[in-house]
Amino acid sequence: MSGKHVAKDQPQSFIFSSENLKTKDIILKKYPEVRKKSAVMPLLNLAQKQNDGWIPLAAVQYIADLLEVPYIKVYEVATFYTMYNLAPVGKYFVQVCTTTPCAIRGSGKIVEACKKYISSKEGHLSEDKKSSWIEVECLGACVNAPMIQINEDYYEDLDAISAEKIFKSFKDDSLPKLGSQKGRKGSEPIKQRLTLLKN
Amino acid sequence: MLEDKNRIFKNLYGDESFSLPAAEVRGDWKDTKEIISKGKDWIIEEIKKSELRGRGGAGFPTGVKWSFAPKEVKEGRPHYLVINADESEPGTCKDRDILRYEPHKLIEGCLIAAYAVSANTCYVYIRGEYVNEGKVLQEAINEAYEKGYLGKNAAGTEWDLDIFIHYGAGAYICGEETALLESLEGNKGQPRLKPPFPALIGLYGCPTIVNNVETIAVVPTILRRGSEWFASFGRVKNRGTKIFCISGNVNNPCNVEEEMGIPLKVLIEKHAGGVTGGWDNLQAVIPGGSSMPLIPKNICETIIMDFDALIEAKSGLGTAGIVVIDKSQDIVKCMARIARFYKHESCGQCTPCREGTGWMWRMLERIGRGESNISEIDMLMDVTKQIEGHTICAFGEGSSWPVQGLLRHFRKEMEAKCSDQYHLRKDII
Repeated sequence: MSGKHVAKDQPQSFIFSSENLKTKDIILKKYPEVRKKSAVMPLLNLAQKQNDGWIPLAAVQYIADLLEVPYIKVYEVATFYTMYNLAPVGKYFVQVCTTTPCAIRGSGKIVEACKKYISSKEGHLSEDKKSSWIEVECLGACVNAPMIQINEDYYEDLDAISAEKIFKSFKDDSLPKLGSQKGRKGSEPIKQRLTLLKN
Repeated sequence: MLEDKNRIFKNLYGDESFSLPAAEVRGDWKDTKEIISKGKDWIIEEIKKSELRGRGGAGFPTGVKWSFAPKEVKEGRPHYLVINADESEPGTCKDRDILRYEPHKLIEGCLIAAYAVSANTCYVYIRGEYVNEGKVLQEAINEAYEKGYLGKNAAGTEWDLDIFIHYGAGAYICGEETALLESLEGNKGQPRLKPPFPALIGLYGCPTIVNNVETIAVVPTILRRGSEWFASFGRVKNRGTKIFCISGNVNNPCNVEEEMGIPLKVLIEKHAGGVTGGWDNLQAVIPGGSSMPLIPKNICETIIMDFDALIEAKSGLGTAGIVVIDKSQDIVKCMARIARFYKHESCGQCTPCREGTGWMWRMLERIGRGESNISEIDMLMDVTKQIEGHTICAFGEGSSWPVQGLLRHFRKEMEAKCSDQYHLRKDII
């Protein structure tokens, strides 16, 4: 696992919102009562969502207290898994898959577009502080390569033009429809479909 | 080519709704009670007879795995069923389509499998990035609860089952079953030493059966249509149908459910619309996800896609994630990128893997850039041999096999990139 960037400026405290406190209770019910440590990952995820996409160290402490485990046990989970951000990210957090199946279908061009339209440096906020991007490993949509994830949504079957369109849409929050940008359903062949032809 | 009527996943492309009414029209949840009333032994025996092998990569016979679960549930040691939906192998994206388009096949399969292994609780471990797919699955689970197909006396079977979704957070290694269990327990995803195997000591120290999404999702159809039907496809020990993912340099990349043992060339040429630039432009194919060694064009001409045929070709079916690489690609750079993936994803527990994956990546990068001495090629092979077999989990093999495949089939291309101008630094070896 790669090294993690931990933000220098940290908020002093963190608590779940009243709504998230209810969600926390639902999460805890999924696991046996004596095994509430299992809720570390879903609670970190909840904290990240509440805090604009990143987890402050105060939240790590807060979750450790909630689950009655040592701080380090939560911290080591937060640093082990790549999806937990320990430093601020943009409102639009773009993850570009650059693993081989995407790479051979041109993810390099998507990275270029990120550099041009978001920030010249990976992991840095854009000038308007609205977006940021990173390279990630395989996101499991190889048949729809190249692809990116923006927050929770996948944008697939990209090329330089559609990527540019997406990145420019951040400005006025007018993102195109998620999924394939070439208009195909799921992972069907874009033409010459030979199977599941009911009609 | 498999006929549509013999395809298990009729909604693989999301033509129809995923939801319960549409799933029932497709045949899901039909006679679930009758199937379960035939008993655990019958179910396990049928699955054994169908010769279903795990679809997550290792290809272990599913019925045999289920039979490892203790027959009696001991006080304080409940059994668990865990579904591995941490699909992260580069080249593989089949479970995603099951989660978002055919979730009821998975849920019904969970009920049958949970009954067969005496589990009342099932966790589905979904990779963290599949947020939307997880939402669909949760919606389908809710539908099943409402209809009485889950919960107490699920589907009238007198068996109780609860299904919970647990999201991962971007660690490939959590697809390894014991790392997955560690992660589910709230720890770093670092694999456990085996034995003991999870079937005896798994989640929370209790008997646990871990199965891939596709494996469980095909179970209801096998039991409904009969093990003979499933076993009528493919060769001995390589039976049934399988979802193949064809990505990379092809005209129409796609997922397709086909008969096991279908020729690779048919998959590429027919279903995926052919290699870009024509078949003669083919350089190599990774046949089973990035962990499996690539095979060059001459093997691709005749190879059939099943577990044993690919092992004979010194590769493997793995997850059936087929990555096609044409001649416009620099094969060394393609594999260097895969090596970088493994370097990034090593959990760091075993030294040979933690250090070795970085060495392999750096050496391949240098060879790719043409900054290596020819003797480094043998040294690279040596590194792979030092990793393989010397780690707790199969990640060691998964990371070194693709490099070995490259060395086996593309040594000449690698040598051509090396130069005497680069000397080995004797001081550091």
